[in-house]
Order: sequence, then structure tokens, then C-alpha cells
Amino acid sequence: MMVTDFYALVGVGLFVMGLSALILRKRDLQRILGLNIMGTGVFMVLVTSALGQGQPADPVPHAMVLTGIVVAVSATAFALALSLARERHK
Amino acid sequence: MPRLIERFLPALTGTGAIALGALIAAALLRTPENDGVMARAALEALPDSGVGNPVTAVLLNFRAFDTLLEVAVLLLTLVAVWALDLRLPRTEALPASPVFSSLLRVSGPLLVVIAGYLLWVGASEPGGAFQAGAVLAGGCLLLRLAGRWNPGARFVRWAASTGLLVFLLSAVAMPALTGGLLQYPPALAGMWILLIETAATVSIAAILTALFVAREPEEPRP
Repeated sequence: MMVTDFYALVGVGLFVMGLSALILRKRDLQRILGLNIMGTGVFMVLVTSALGQGQPADPVPHAMVLTGIVVAVSATAFALALSLARERHK
Repeated sequence: MPRLIERFLPALTGTGAIALGALIAAALLRTPENDGVMARAALEALPDSGVGNPVTAVLLNFRAFDTLLEVAVLLLTLVAVWALDLRLPRTEALPASPVFSSLLRVSGPLLVVIAGYLLWVGASEPGGAFQAGAVLAGGCLLLRLAGRWNPGARFVRWAASTGLLVFLLSAVAMPALTGGLLQYPPALAGMWILLIETAATVSIAAILTALFVAREPEEPRP
């Protein structure tokens, strides 16, 4: 097993943990955190997919992850704002 | 019935999640390794891209359309958060303390320099607009929390939209210059990329800071 396989498996573990939190937790903040952990798992898998044997790292997945991080940050900000708005209107 | 589901939900979710994880892991381990077709294509075209860092080349040249949409998504998020009209209390400045103000004195200028360096180095090494924007946003937040800087509505709006505007302008200008959408003239590609990245850095910093504050800045009274 290559070390990149290990990272990919950790990514899968994070994804699954985030998914469970998303389903089981009741509070918005915990669900948003779960969603973020899921995203981090996906990013880890994507980053490891860049490497193949005996060749330079593929920049395309790396660029995708960079884009993904920024979109995840803004989605998190919007989700937090929505959750706050919901609290206000209760 | 719903109570029954409620009771078994943790066990059900746990089993389902472990099964899903095993399935994904099995699929991942069977996936053939990256054959490097994209990597080779990107590295071969690198000399024409105007930058030496393959990730920057992908982000701002080969797949610049993705990045354009990403900057648009960021701006859209800010507009959406402002539209929610959260009526948050005004962000209070943290109480002045000697430690905080000396931290600010040292780290404020340093963060600006680091952001500029990251932006510049993105052309050849890991770095670029997003990293620089994030660092700059950290500096802006420090200033904001110290109560030293409270920019008006017009400034925040312009700063937040500069990146998308410059990106869109170059997208519109390129078909006239080279005949392709976001296809830069090879000799000037580096300059265009730096221009777009600089504007994007300002916007990313402004948007991240504004998202943290979450309260739409007030119009100046006439």
C-alpha cells in the first residue's frame, strides 16, 4: 500500500464521519461542521489522486482543490448566516 | 414509528456510514493510478502560459473560466449574506490592550508584505491570489477588531467586486485580442495573470473580511 493510499483512506474516513455528523447531529453549527469535514475528506482524496507512479504531480486536481476550498469557505459563511437568520425568526 | 426510527438512527447511520466508507475505499483502491495525461498536457503547455507554477497556470490560464466563476460565487455569497439582513449588533472593537496593539503594530505591516509576496511568488512557486487574499483578510480582520479601520459601504463594494470586474473585462477583451475566451496573448500572458490575480487578491480579502463582519456597511450620510 502506497502512502497516498493511506491519505486517501483517511479522506474517506473523514467523509464518512462528517456524513454521520450531518445525519445525527441536531444543531446547525454541528451540521455545518460535519459538512466541512466531509468536504475536507473529498479534498484529501482529490489531492492524492494527483500523484501517479514515476511522473510529476498533476496540477489539475490541485487547482480544483484550491477552488473547492474557497467555495467551501463561502458556502460555510452563507450557511452560518442562514442558521443565524433562522434563529432570529423563531 | 418515527420514535422507532429515532431510536435506531445512530446504529443505522453508523452501519450505513461504515458500509459506504468501505464501498468508497474499495472503489478508490481499484481506481487506476493517475496516468498523467493531464499532467503532461499541462506541463507541455506551461511555457506558453506566462507563469512557471503549473497550479497557477491551470487556475488562471488553462481553466480560467472555473476561477472566474469561483470569484463570482464568492461575490454572490457576500450579496446573499447581506441580503439576509441579519441586523447584527455593530462589531465592537476589542478593548485596547498593550499586547494587542503591539501585536497589531508588528503583524499588520508584516501580513501586507506576506500577502504581496504570496501573490508575486504564485507565478513560479506555490502561492497566488487565494493564499494572498486569505492572509490579507487576516490583517484586515485584525485592524477591524482593533477598531482601527471601518471602511464605508462604497469602499467595501468596490473592493469586493474589483476581482470579478477585472476578470470579466479581460474575458470580454480577449476575444478581440486573440480570438478566444480568456485566451491571453502568449507574450503578455504573465502580465494579464498578475493583473487579474492582484484584483482577485483585493476582492478575496474584502469578501472574506465582509463575510466575517456579516453586516452590510452603512451608506455614508450625505
